[in-house]
Amino acid sequence: MRSRFHQGLDDLRARLLRMGGLAEQAVDRACQGYIERDLARCHMVLEGETQINIAEREIDEQAFDLLAMQQPMAVDLRFILAVTKINSDLERVGDQAVNIAERVMDMVELPIADLPVDIARMAAAVSAMVRRALESFIEGKAELAQAVLEMDNVVDRMKDEAFISLVKAMNERPDITRQALDTLLVARNLERVADHATNIAEDVIFWVRGADVRHNPPPEEQPIRQSATEGR
Amino acid sequence: MGVGIQVEKLNAYFGKTQALHDINITMAANQCTAVIGPSGCGKSTFVRCLNRMHETVPDARATGRVRIGELDVYNGTSAVAIRRRIGMVFQKPNPFPTMSIYDNVAAGLKLNGFHERKKLDEIVERSLQLSALWNEVKDHLKKKSGASLSGGQQQRLCIARALAVQPEVLLMDEPCSALDPISTGKIEELIFQLKERFTIVIVTHNMQQASRVAEFTGFFLLGELIEFDKTTKIFTTPSDKRTEDYITGRFG
Repeated sequence: MRSRFHQGLDDLRARLLRMGGLAEQAVDRACQGYIERDLARCHMVLEGETQINIAEREIDEQAFDLLAMQQPMAVDLRFILAVTKINSDLERVGDQAVNIAERVMDMVELPIADLPVDIARMAAAVSAMVRRALESFIEGKAELAQAVLEMDNVVDRMKDEAFISLVKAMNERPDITRQALDTLLVARNLERVADHATNIAEDVIFWVRGADVRHNPPPEEQPIRQSATEGR
Repeated sequence: MGVGIQVEKLNAYFGKTQALHDINITMAANQCTAVIGPSGCGKSTFVRCLNRMHETVPDARATGRVRIGELDVYNGTSAVAIRRRIGMVFQKPNPFPTMSIYDNVAAGLKLNGFHERKKLDEIVERSLQLSALWNEVKDHLKKKSGASLSGGQQQRLCIARALAVQPEVLLMDEPCSALDPISTGKIEELIFQLKERFTIVIVTHNMQQASRVAEFTGFFLLGELIEFDKTTKIFTTPSDKRTEDYITGRFG
């Protein structure tokens, strides 16, 4: 048994989960900040970014060490590759949370505008995607990750609808253009978070099944690889 | 040129103990196939069945069919004729200690009654070139004994000795386990070059080595062939949980 190596994998998993928690918290805080026009929450998101960046570097460093020192194979190799990619996606989730927080800080300077878009609903859908993507990682279950992929289309549609509604609102009421533009950018940031959650889910499927499901290849083009790991 | 190897329902025994159970495997010509598995799994017994070395152990026997190209190993061919077509390199370099470098390489040919000096010179040089040892020993071929070389050089000398009789298949039973990383690197590089001319089967405990040199890998456990597939598949997404548990160090 390679107990030191497996301990290293467990540590890596724990670190990534902590990082996931930080990124998830940043998105939730930024969204609450938008909904409640709460500057304090926005500042917390900005301050939390450094912690996420440090975590990203530490995780990459540990993954690099394990690759170099332990020469992992099969499911362990796929796990470490998946962790490095998920790590990068989580850091970008943190960046998107910062972008949202900055939009909110701009918006609170402006009068409240009644906009024809339900950002709270979109934020809830996006948070659910991030949460489920991380759950699929914790559980090591490809079917949970698959469900996240299917949610991405819903968020894409919400963003498209928000875009149409907000452009229309800007045309009809030029006085709320800045608020509408900020909200449009928030919708765009949320859609990007959903994309990162999708990437995370794809990486979990790669780890568990050894299958590359990126860019939605038709079933006949997907690699025919059935891993021994699946269904454990 | 190398030839393909076909093994059907191969069973091997040491007395009443069965060491291999119904092994079926086809190895392509001019490819390197790695055989991996924990100690006692039957991987060395398997390769020793390919050139009938297994039966040299008292009470050992094998049943089933092994074809090396068109040659039926267990039906109507003498063991000597088979071993002439299947070279073997062992874990520990075993040059003949009292012989010069030259005589070590020429030993197999001389044993077969081949004594034409000029032709022998050519074959010795070509074999040492093929085993990437020529440049290091060409100035003292007949002055130095095989045992005076370093471990890595001795192993390449043994490879040259095996290649001198112009086999079609080269069996390597943990050829690098007694060598340092530099010598190991040279042997691995050599395996890559030798594939153009020979079919290679290598037994190794070093999974990184298997992944570096072999196109195909077979995993043995308790005398059974658990999984045989492309090396990339075995080391990234093996189909059998036992293979995955072994290569990820979860048992053994």
